[in-house]
This record gives sequence, structure tokens and C-alpha cells, in this order.
Amino acid sequence: MLDKALFYFFGSLAIVSAILVVTRRSAVHSAIFLITALLATAGIFLQLHAEFLFIVQIILYAGGIMVLFVFVIMLVNLDVMLHQVRFTRQKWVALVLAVSLGSFAAFWIYRSGHGVALKSVLNIPAAPTTRLEPNTEMISQGLFHDYILPFELASILLLVAMIGAVVMAKKKV
Amino acid sequence: MHGFIEFFRPHVLPLIYALVIVAVLPLLAGYIVLVERKVMADMQARLGPMRVGPHGLLQPIADALKLLIKEDIIPEMADQWIFWIAPLISVTAAMLSMAALAFGPAFQVARDINVGILFVVGVSALGIFGIVLGGWASNSHYSLLGALRSAAQLVSYETAAGMALVSGLLLARTLSIRGIVEMQHAQGVWFVFLTPIAFFIYLVASIAETNRAPFDLPEAESELVAGYMTEFSGFRWSLYFLAEYANMVVVASVATTLFLGGWLRPFPNVAWLWPLDHVPALLMLLIAGYCFIRIPKQPVRIQQQFIAVVGLLCLLVAAVLAAPLFVGPARPFMAAIHGGFWFMAKVFFYIYIFMWLRFTLPRYRFDQLMKLGWHFLIPVSVVNVMGLGLALALHWEKQWGLAPALSLTTAATLAVALWLLWAQRERDRSDMEAQEERRSQGSTVHAR
Repeated sequence: MLDKALFYFFGSLAIVSAILVVTRRSAVHSAIFLITALLATAGIFLQLHAEFLFIVQIILYAGGIMVLFVFVIMLVNLDVMLHQVRFTRQKWVALVLAVSLGSFAAFWIYRSGHGVALKSVLNIPAAPTTRLEPNTEMISQGLFHDYILPFELASILLLVAMIGAVVMAKKKV
Repeated sequence: MHGFIEFFRPHVLPLIYALVIVAVLPLLAGYIVLVERKVMADMQARLGPMRVGPHGLLQPIADALKLLIKEDIIPEMADQWIFWIAPLISVTAAMLSMAALAFGPAFQVARDINVGILFVVGVSALGIFGIVLGGWASNSHYSLLGALRSAAQLVSYETAAGMALVSGLLLARTLSIRGIVEMQHAQGVWFVFLTPIAFFIYLVASIAETNRAPFDLPEAESELVAGYMTEFSGFRWSLYFLAEYANMVVVASVATTLFLGGWLRPFPNVAWLWPLDHVPALLMLLIAGYCFIRIPKQPVRIQQQFIAVVGLLCLLVAAVLAAPLFVGPARPFMAAIHGGFWFMAKVFFYIYIFMWLRFTLPRYRFDQLMKLGWHFLIPVSVVNVMGLGLALALHWEKQWGLAPALSLTTAATLAVALWLLWAQRERDRSDMEAQEERRSQGSTVHAR
């Protein structure tokens, strides 16, 4: 009962603030709602007993990346942005794309239920009642043992991207 | 009704703890300010606040009243909504992060989840949004510059602090707050002695993160009026102040938990040092005695009465601290009561270091601050983590002793740190020479 209430609270918070992110006129307001959406997602992680993901979501996304976002937004000239048209005239294309994407997702959710009615799929299963123990160790086992090669490849890719960004942004001496 | 009570039973104790934190913290922050002013006065050979109450003991309460009844001003061109919510973000983040802290073996709000220390660090870092958004919403250049400096400073020093925490966590082999302290109990040594460099890096980084002098550039009076707080007044301003002092308590608690043995008394495993158990009660007795000695020196009758009450309160605390040692029924509470005392004593010691540095060192320039963070602290902390990992691997796999392996790591890291300092000095010198050369060339051109 409490579980479900919390899930719907965090879920609706995430959806509402995600919508507000795109509809707010001021970029700083959008950033605040993006932070709320990220924190609500973290709440859902915690409810699923994924403690480590919960805290990493807060530290990295809310605490790290969003600080940089806000930092950059404050540096750009907001007065200019306020007068720009934010929505281009591609409304109908966007609508068609969104509806088709949504129905595509719904279709595959329906199919994955192996003939079970969509109703029971939407009936969200209860969060696991037992804790995923030991949570942090399980993640490190996955990252540094079972999937070490993909993990290292992703790290190298990120490193290359980082060096590239520094080289491109660096002033010519 | 019965089901209702059963539903709330597990939540009663955490709720009480949370209320205690929310109620006591503002008072504690006020008295930390008083202690800070007294320490500053002492270092500058003055008396400090003396007027309100004996030795200024009621000054925090007078200050709080003043702040509450001050006019609350919101600038007309400010972003009202964000201006209103920004100080709340700072305070909420600081207080929420205290939920996971264990102020003693029995006093912890949240269940001891296995990511406790990350929760404290991560949630308290969210407080930066209050500063950045408040500075932006004020629609003032001073505020905006203060906020930008604050964000840049936090992002730079978070990395070094994180690496220092990783060094401690490698030794603790757990992220749970309780587990970290128990590990130090089992090993019989505080981690500050195993990795002093990590403790030093965390100390410097935590000063920078709480925007304290010598790194208080976001609120540097001589350049930015009051930084991000320039446009705030009255209650809203005091919320920022409360958040800053709450954050000090948080970083001090993290350092205490991870490096200074949490709620353990010094030498917890040495049986013949049992007299240390009597230190808390004796200390409070001494303070009470001092209060009673000072009674005749107070000029006014009401002040004499007040200092007597303070002395009696100290006596009461001393009795509570002594009870588990001498009264049989109170014995089970020994760990809880004395744990709380030792934890708070260490936290205040850490905060005292903050004050000491604040009144000793001049303020850094912003480029110096960034250079210290990126060119010195981060490389040293990374080297320290790698050396510590190597030492622990040698300890576990090759049966090396822990002490020699760790001292080797510390020595190697110190060597790297010295080399970095030397390289920095050489670079500075060559920069200076180049500048000098350019200047002399320019002057000759001018003369022609």
C-alpha cells in the first residue's frame, strides 16, 4: 500500500517535472525541474532497493552534472534566449513521431507479456520486499568482473571524448 | 487504531531523533558562531562579545531574535520564486544529510544502509544549488559572481575530497557509517594514522567546500560585498548562515567517522587506559567549577544568577556522564552516552581547526585556489589512492605487514607532493622571468 503510494508519488513527480522542463520559458526554471525529475527517479531506485544506484544518481546527475548545467546557463545571456521562439513549426511531425513511438513501446510491452492482457502488464508488480544484498558489492562484481571488457571500453571512449573536448576548447597559444 | 499504532511504531524513534536534530541544530549553530567570535577575539587579544549575558553567553539568542524581526526584503527585479526557495534548498540539503550520520552508537535517524557515507556526502553537496540559484535569482552582479565562484570551487574540490574519502573507504572496506567505525574498533587504530595524507586532503577540501576562510572567495567582503548573500536579509539570510554552519557540522562528522574513529574513545582496545572513561565527567565538573568561581566577578545580580544556572547545567551533564560508571542500572547506556560525548568532542575539535585556520591564514586569490585544487590536491589524492590500493593488495596477497606497506605509500605520496610543489615553483619562476623580459622589451620600444 505504502509502496504503491510512494511509487505513484515519485513517478508522477518525475513525469510532471519532465513536462515542465520543456515548457518553462526560463532556462534556470527548466534546470530546477530537471533536478526534481532526476531526484524523483532516484527515489524510484531507492524503492527498488537499489541503494547504490540511488546515491549515484544523486551524486552524479543531481550533484555533479546539474551543477555544471546551471553554471553554464548562468553564463549565457538569458535575455536573448527569452525572446527567441522555442517551438518551431514542426508540431505535427513531432506529434506523429511521439504517437508512433508510444504505440510501438506499448505494443512491445503487450507482446512481452506473452499474450497476457495489457491490463495486467500495467498492473505494476510490487517492489522486491527483500533487500538486494550486498548491493554495492553486486554492482562492483558486475562492473569489474563479469563485464570488465565493455566497462573498460566505455571508459576509454569517455576518456577520448574528454581529451577531445579539452583540445577543442583550448585556446590557441 | 491498533494497526495505526503498529504501523508507526518503527518510525517513532527516528522521528524523535530527527526532531532533536532540527530543534538543536540552530541553537548549536548559534553557539558555534559565539565560540568562533570568542576564539577570534582570543587570537586577536581582545575579549569578544561580553555584553549579553555573562561572557556573552546569551549573544546567539539575541542575534537570532534580531534576525527574526528584521525586515524581509525581496528585490523588485529578482526572480521571486527562486529567491524564495533558494535558502530552503541549502538548509534542507544540510539537514537531510544528517539523517544518515551516526552521532554515537545509538543515535542515528536512518537505518544503517550500506551507502551511508555516500548519502551524507551526496546530499550535502546538493546544498550548492541553494547558493547558485540564490545568487542568480538576486539579479545582482555581486551575487552572480559569488554564486559562480562557489559552484566552480565546489566542483573542483569535490574530486579531491572524494578521492580522500576513497582512501579511507579502502581501509574500511564498507560504505556503512556504523561499519566504518566498527572496523576502526576492530583494527584498534584510527584511520587518520593509517593515511594521514588523505585526512589532510579532506581537511583542505572540506574547508573549500564549506566556503570558509582562507577559501571564502564566494563571500569575499572586500571584493563582492557579501557574495551570493548580498541581496538577502533577515530570516532568509539567517537560513543561509544556518546552512553554512550545518554543513560545517556535516563535514566534521564525516571526517570524524572516517578518520577520527567516530564515537570511539581514544585507545578503545587498551584495557589499562580505563581512566579515560572518567575524562568526560571530570571535564564537565571542571567547567562547572569554573562557572562557580566566576560568580562573584559578575557585575549584575541577574548575570550572577545566570552563570550559576550554567554551572548547575554543567553539573547535571557531568552527573549524566558519570552515571554509567558508578550506578548499576545505568551501565547499559555507557556506550550510548559516552559515544555521543566523544563524537561531539571530535566534531568540535575539527571545527576548531577550521576557526584556527580562518584567523591565521590570509585569503587565497581565485587563480591560486584553482591551482591548489587542480595542480596539487587532485594529483596527490589520486596517487595516494593508487598507493593505498597497492599497499592493501600487498597486505592481503603477499602477507606484508599493514604498517610498513602503508608507511611506504605515505612516503611515496609525500615525495610526489614535494615534486609537484617544486615543479610548480619552477613554472612560476619561468613565468615571472618571461613577464619580466616582455616588460623590459616593451619599455625599450617605448623609449625609442
